[in-house]
Amino acid sequence: MNIVVLVKQVPDSGAERTLSASDNTVERGSASNVINEMDEYAIEEALKIKEAHGGEVTVLTVGPSGATDSIRKALSMGPDKAVHVSDDALHGSCAVATSKVLAAALGTLNADLILCGAESTDGRVQVVPHMLAERLGVAALTGARKLTVDGSQLTIERQTDEGYEVVTASTPAIVSVWDTINEPRYPSFKGIMAAKKKPLQSLSLGELGVAADEVGAAGATSQVLEWTKRPARSGGAKVIDEGTGGEQLVAYLATEKFV
Amino acid sequence: MAEVLVVVEAGVKKVTLEMLTIARGLGEVSAVVFGEADQAKLAEFGAAKIYTASGADVLDHGAAPKATVVAELVKRVSPAAVLLASTQEGKEIAGRLAVKLDNGLLTDAVDLAADGTATQVVFAGSTIVKSKVTKGLPIVTIRPNSTTPVAAAASPAVEELTVAVSDSDKLATVTQRVAEQKGSRPELTEAGIVVSGGRGVGNADNFKLVEELADLLGGAVGASRAAVDSGYYPHQFQVGQTGKTVSPQLYVALGISGAIQHRAGMQTSKTIVAVNKDAEAPIFELADFGVVGDLFKVVPQAADEIRKRK
Repeated sequence: MNIVVLVKQVPDSGAERTLSASDNTVERGSASNVINEMDEYAIEEALKIKEAHGGEVTVLTVGPSGATDSIRKALSMGPDKAVHVSDDALHGSCAVATSKVLAAALGTLNADLILCGAESTDGRVQVVPHMLAERLGVAALTGARKLTVDGSQLTIERQTDEGYEVVTASTPAIVSVWDTINEPRYPSFKGIMAAKKKPLQSLSLGELGVAADEVGAAGATSQVLEWTKRPARSGGAKVIDEGTGGEQLVAYLATEKFV
Repeated sequence: MAEVLVVVEAGVKKVTLEMLTIARGLGEVSAVVFGEADQAKLAEFGAAKIYTASGADVLDHGAAPKATVVAELVKRVSPAAVLLASTQEGKEIAGRLAVKLDNGLLTDAVDLAADGTATQVVFAGSTIVKSKVTKGLPIVTIRPNSTTPVAAAASPAVEELTVAVSDSDKLATVTQRVAEQKGSRPELTEAGIVVSGGRGVGNADNFKLVEELADLLGGAVGASRAAVDSGYYPHQFQVGQTGKTVSPQLYVALGISGAIQHRAGMQTSKTIVAVNKDAEAPIFELADFGVVGDLFKVVPQAADEIRKRK
């Protein structure tokens, strides 16, 4: 099975994140950029499927040149090769434009199965898998907590608010996964060394036939007008329980009219 | 006045009423209902028109056929905006709709002004952003608990949409829907009160304490990622970065340290209270009221006290 895993590099969600003061895009210049965590689960799932059914795993990333770090880290887990779409014109692209570029790149890769994380930790928009399915005319199985592959038949358990749904489709398909689906492996030393020599193909927008004014700020379909930092919350009263902590808590809730 | 389409997934949730309330500021409200919905409720909150689409072709194939239905309606009635709920499927329909119409979209808005400017809260609740769709009409998903629903009675005309769903919209099929136990508690993202447990709860069995307090307060139960990863509580109740974002009137954090990934999902809550045995836990930096103590002593005592006051 030919599997492509979508990997996004994002600012570390454990660090201070901000928008750029100059153009209101996500500030990606800081040193703490990482693989979007949920994508590691997609990589793990791809590797497990390859181990069970054979095939090849390709990492696909759209992002600035610095995203190479995250691509090499992704490869160190075990995928065979990577494709990196990088172009200065991509800066400030919206989800609609990003999906256009990803779809163009996927058009060159002939994937049976496209795997990705259910959301990124920066935008948390969750729309790209269905946008790609729409553009590519393939099935979308999204929000999977379990994926079963039986020949060309895919079945997922889709997490819902009420429980789960069983959803099926045939390949080619795109499947997005939650972090409940598996436990991603840590790259081995051997994996890290091997990753340095794995093929990494760079593609420009021109090579994909996407015009520069269809992406980035020029092609954006939405725009951030302004942003402000929310005032930080400050802690209020803190009592140490000396036998009446529960009662004091309820007394507070009563003054706030919750009880 | 132009129509504003409000997409209603099965049933009428609180976020539906919030969307109807917000939509009234942008035009004449038309609800687009997939499957069954309480039409009287939609009328009570100002739906001047109700479009319905049902049948297995529309309902059993995820977002794709629903997006087609909405896209065709958009082409027919040229609405001023399309509002959807910030649920998994709401966002999926919105994403497909944006591609179909070559249109912008904005997700997780907490407000939408008459001129189409959306307010979003991003980066773990630390930053407020005002954005606008600059290509096409505003397609915006609204986060639950964004506004207080206000009734405005209308007498809607109901139109049943007949849609021919193509095979390309039926590539994925829902074969089974399994409800996992939630009891009669409110939906996590819509609840006015959320009581969450973390690693400090210790095991799955002890989550009964969290549930008991939630039930006494009429709230929903949530869990931190640490608790979910440890198998104490199911993932659909996870609050934080890789789970749900909640914004209730009251958030009660029990045995939760308050890592930034958890705060991402709850720090826009109106009032936050916390019980944790570690006085240095970061959750106390957010809590309006904190109790440093053993939750196995504090929570049962609080539960008894609430019963006494009832």
